Order: sequence, then structure tokens, then C-alpha cells
Amino acid sequence: MSFLSGENMTGGYGGADILHDCTIAVDKGQIAVIVGPNGAGKSTAMKAVFGMLKIHTGRVILDGTDISGLSPQDRVKAGMGFVPQNNNVFTSMTVQENLEMGAYIRKDDFGDTMHQVFDLFPILKEKRHQHAGELSGGQRQQVAVGRALMTQPKVLMLDEPTAGVSPIVMDELFDRIIEVARTGIAILMVEQNARQALNIADKGYVLVQGRNRFTDTGEALLANPEVRKSFLGG
Amino acid sequence: MTDILNALILFANFVLVPATAYGAQLALGALGVTLVFGILRFSNFAHGDTMAFGTMVVILVTWWFQSMGVSIHPLPTALLALPFGILATVGMLLATDRLVYKFYRKEKSPPIVFVMASVGVMFVMNGIVRFIIGPNDQRFADGERFIIKARDFKAATGMAEGLTIKVSQALTLGIAVIVVIALFWFLQRTRTGKAMRAFSDNEDLALLSGISPERVVMITWIIAAALATIAGTLYGLDKSFKPFTYFQLLLPIFAAAIVGGIGNPLGAIAGGFVVAFSEVTITYAYKKFLRYLLPENLEPDSLVQLLSTDYKFAVSFVILVLVLLIRPTGIFKGKVL
Repeated sequence: MSFLSGENMTGGYGGADILHDCTIAVDKGQIAVIVGPNGAGKSTAMKAVFGMLKIHTGRVILDGTDISGLSPQDRVKAGMGFVPQNNNVFTSMTVQENLEMGAYIRKDDFGDTMHQVFDLFPILKEKRHQHAGELSGGQRQQVAVGRALMTQPKVLMLDEPTAGVSPIVMDELFDRIIEVARTGIAILMVEQNARQALNIADKGYVLVQGRNRFTDTGEALLANPEVRKSFLGG
Repeated sequence: MTDILNALILFANFVLVPATAYGAQLALGALGVTLVFGILRFSNFAHGDTMAFGTMVVILVTWWFQSMGVSIHPLPTALLALPFGILATVGMLLATDRLVYKFYRKEKSPPIVFVMASVGVMFVMNGIVRFIIGPNDQRFADGERFIIKARDFKAATGMAEGLTIKVSQALTLGIAVIVVIALFWFLQRTRTGKAMRAFSDNEDLALLSGISPERVVMITWIIAAALATIAGTLYGLDKSFKPFTYFQLLLPIFAAAIVGGIGNPLGAIAGGFVVAFSEVTITYAYKKFLRYLLPENLEPDSLVQLLSTDYKFAVSFVILVLVLLIRPTGIFKGKVL
């Protein structure tokens, strides 16, 4: 039994089903990566796990409890952090204010968490009083991840965190994500850069048309000739 | 030399001082419009009549106080009645939100539907105000009227021109400064204020962060009610109260909000002064002013008034059109309408 699992999820945005019997799971301290061709339902699968779309069959289990009925907001309170792909920072607010807003639901003192985020992303400490809208793409993603970490989630979900950043920044972001995972947080991530993502993944899910096509460790998927041929460009 | 001084005093008396007071009134009105736009994402056409409603309550309470002999001389009694007006307007706006806007929020209606709904709210409020207090001019200013009288100023300085500063003008500026500082402190420093800015910036992410939209909306209406009542009361003290005039104020207020950059509070303040100074400087007759400055043979025969005061609303219109054509985001980069 995994710490977080979406089991046999079937559903869509109201019209035809996009996900078909799709299962995704991740354990604490692990990185699970969802890859697949365009339109495979990668982001949809993640949104289903986070409750942003209705699944009529299947369920989502977090730490042994069925959370299928919870709204995304309630899932945040239950310990899930979500970093959307786009518009994932408050551009008109400073970096520090972004982090404060991330901790909005916390009633306790979140100063320590902010220090941890600053330790993880030193550049954010330097730019704490700058508006998030003035930062580079990679720095923005760090703000977005930092914002999600402020609730001290047990699971962090990232929707294409490296979209639109340079390869160097991508490597750095992946390094940080590994560091986050080492603190015992379960990480579920959708990635366009399949090869690099599977490289750091403990678990990989290859989705095709909303269905699980291959599920294995990242290493095994990278070694699988069929996966290489169809999804990793040889 | 005295000619130049006289010209400056004349200019201060008829342009600088009145336009500053008017600008502060517009700024307070535009702040309300811009906040509602930033948070609820629609142009609230009922804002002018909200000002009228709040001012009406202030006037009624003022009369009641006056009848009981309550007074804070030399200040106008209306200041004492202001909190009551704000409370009543808060109640009114929260009830309106519950009865009208909440439905459309649930339906996730497009902004234009909200705008049309606000036009309906405007007519209803307009009707209520006229029904209760009547369509006529009401004067409710009491207490001391002047801080500096023209005659005293002349006697003290020996100048030909006098400078008048009314209590209402000084009050307008003073209260506007306090209100603006308080508002910015609230938006920049408090947790709730930051949540409002976050909601205005990125609604989805704000929801994801656990910010309650209904609470943000409620606080926005409360602030809008306070701003509208204060702006309306100050305008009424400075000039007079007439429901139709308040409805007409909608145009310069929207012009101010858009010039400054709608959704941006700092822009609303700047916009208020831009519109007020444009209106007053363009409709002022410069004949006497020029007579002080120009040699005798160049003295103008006409009034040298660019636009008759009857057309003062045209100034707001022109500003509005120019800004939307040339720089739709406004001075301070607000949202594009």
C-alpha cells in the first residue's frame, strides 16, 4: 500500500472520459514521474489525484484514508501540495509574500518553514523583497515550489516544473526536487522531458490515451527498448 | 512682482485648492471602484449611487443629531454621523451581494453579466435614495465654514487677491490622507490584506492556498462601502448633496480609476487628481489671471475659458477615450479592460 495512490481512476472534465482505469502511486521519500506523449492525460491524471476533476470510478488514498470526496482545498489541508504548470506564483507580490500566502492556512508560526525554503532555494532569500513577476522562469518555479512547501505537505505534486526553462536550470531544479524528496516528502511529477525525469525517478508511469502503458522503476523504463523506441526517441 | 503673486494667489484660490479637494474626493471614489474591480472582477456601476446612499444616511443621522443639539463645533456634525452612514452602507452592500452578485458568482457568469447586474443595482439604489430623501439639493454642512477667509487673507497680506480655504476642503484632504494610509497599510501589511491582493492577482492559486473567496469578497464590500460613504460625505460637505450629481460622479470616478490603471489602488489616487485637475484647469476662465501677467496691450477680451463648466464631463470622457486608445493599462499598469 503506497502512501498516496490514485487507484483505477476513470473520469474526465464532464464530457468523454479522459482517464481509463489509471493507477498512480507514490511513497514517502520517493519520486514518481508521469510521462507520455502529448494528450496522454498526464496532467489530467495528476489533477484527478488532487481532486481538480471528477473521477466516477476508482478512488484516491492518502496515508490509508480515502480522500476521493475532498475538494482540492481540503486536500491541501490534508497534506498535499500542488504546483500548477502555469500561473503558479502571485506575480504582483514579493517572493516573501508568496511564501506567506502559501502558509495561509497555517495558524502556527511558519518562520522555520520559510527558513527551510530559503535554505533549499538560496536565491529566493536573496530576492525575498522582489516581486515574483520580475524573476526569471527558473526562479519563478522555485518560488512556486517554495510556496507549495510552506504548508509542510507530505506529498508534493508538480505539473511540468521544467516547462520553458533552459536545460541547465532544469538540471538544477531536478537536483532541488531530489533534495525535497530526501526530506521524506513523496513527490509526484508530470514531465515533458521524459528522459531526464525518469533518470531521477524511483517510479515511472508511462501513460497513453489515459491508460497505464508501462509502470516500472525509472531505471527499468529507461532500459526498456520498447519505451525507448516509442517514447524516448530511441 | 505683486502682479505675479496676485496671479498665483488667484490661481491657487480658484484652481489649486478646489481641484485638490475634488481630486481627493474622486480618488476615494476611484479606490472603491478599483478594489471591487480587482477582487470581484467587474466594473461596479452602482458605486456612484452607493456614495449617494451612504451620504443620505449620514445626512439623516446629521439632522437627527442637530435636532438633539449634538454638535462637535467647529467641525461639521456629519463627521459624527459618518460611522453610522458607513455601517448602513456596509449592510446595504452585503445584502446586495447576498441577493444579487452571489448568484452570478455561483453561476460563474462572465464579467459583463456582473456589470449589467450592477446597472440594475444602481437603478434600485438610486430609487431608494430619491424615495427616502427626495431628488432635491440638501445642505447639511454646519460648524465653521472657513479656515482662511478671502477678506482676512487680503487684510493680512495686503494683496489684491484673496485666498479662501474652506473647512470642508481641508477636511477632505486630511481624511483622504488618513484613509489612504490606513488602506495601504491594510493591503500591504495585514494577513487579510495580503490575501486580498493574492486573490486579485491569481484567483486559482489563492484558492489553492486556502484563501476563502467569500471572506475576501465580504471584506472588499465592507471597504468599498466605507470608501463610498466617506467620499460621498466629503463631496456633499464641500459642495452639496443631490442624488443626480452623485450618479453623474460615476464618469469622472471611472475615468480616474482607468487613467491610473484599474485594479491598482495607487493608480486610483493618481487618476483622481489627474481627472480633477484636468477638469478644473480646462473649465477655469483665465482672463483675470492673464491680466495680471500680460502687458496691458495684450490683455484678453474674452474669458479665456477653454470649455464652459457645463461641459466639464466632456473632460472625463476625453481623458477616458485617450487613455483607452493610447495606454489602456493606465499610468500604473492596471488590468486591461
